[in-house]
Amino acid sequence: MVIVTFLPRVLPLSILGNKELPERVVLWLSFIPAAVLSALLAPSILLKNGSIYLSLDNTALIAFFPTLFVAYRTKNIFYTVSGGLIFYFILMLIF
Amino acid sequence: MSQQEKKIDDQDYLLAKLNDSSLKAGIKDAFPIILGYLPIGLAYGMLAVNKGLTPLQTTAMSLFVFAGSSQLVAIEMIAAGAAVAAIVAMTFLVNLRHLLLSASLSLHLRNLPFYYYPFLGFLVTDESFAVSMSKLESQKNKQRYFVGLGFTAYLGWVFSSAAGAFLTEFINFGSGGALDFVLPAMFVVLLVMQISSSSEIIVAVFSGLLSLFFALVIDGSWNIILATVLAAFLGVYISGNS
Repeated sequence: MVIVTFLPRVLPLSILGNKELPERVVLWLSFIPAAVLSALLAPSILLKNGSIYLSLDNTALIAFFPTLFVAYRTKNIFYTVSGGLIFYFILMLIF
Repeated sequence: MSQQEKKIDDQDYLLAKLNDSSLKAGIKDAFPIILGYLPIGLAYGMLAVNKGLTPLQTTAMSLFVFAGSSQLVAIEMIAAGAAVAAIVAMTFLVNLRHLLLSASLSLHLRNLPFYYYPFLGFLVTDESFAVSMSKLESQKNKQRYFVGLGFTAYLGWVFSSAAGAFLTEFINFGSGGALDFVLPAMFVVLLVMQISSSSEIIVAVFSGLLSLFFALVIDGSWNIILATVLAAFLGVYISGNS
């Protein structure tokens, strides 16, 4: 487990860190952050036990919208995470 | 240079290192990550002990493997009596997405001595990657920022899983409640900070939808890597046409 978690993290950095990369590769890599964040986020708020969870009972999904608003307005990690926690907490009390 | 002068010089150097703003900024930015790791680490620690690992084994796995979802999957597989090879293969698949993160980080952590990379690489996680990608640009010393960020988050992970493992006999934490929302909320703000063009919005929406789709049709954590790779290609395609 140590080896298989270590290699994917270390090899690309070590190999690519000292190389000039083709323009298209750099462009492709530049989309990775937005893509990976969205790929992690969507299932975390829209899936439960392996199926789509679209319901007013889905606290994470409802809390997502005000959290997105705070994120957009403040662009600040601390404000957004604390705001998100407060929204989530209030929603848990209401529903 | 006299002995005296040299001593003062060393002191200045040490002070400069301690006051390094990049390192400090990295450590400070790790705190939201630690807050998000806390419920997951506690849950992992308690689960592992409940499934038969000792608290020491549980902590050692966090110390050496440092990969939340893989560790949770491994615990389930160990409890189900899976073969070692199967556990290792599964871990590899779950962590393959780090290939992309590490390759993408290499755009920022460039031209360092080769012995830096194992340390920097070990600290690559979804969270340290995401935070550093939105902050690295403005840092003077990028590798030091990344070490401050990644290592602090690493300590948070080891500590919270140890707390879960050692305290599980005494306290029942139950579910994380609102803390379950820390990491999703962090992904939201990091995503917003990442996005600077309309093609990135399209890529993000497409990636989220693909990730959901693959999660529904394929078992294991393939959805994240598949969605990311395809959505990034879409981004290149859109940029090429505009």
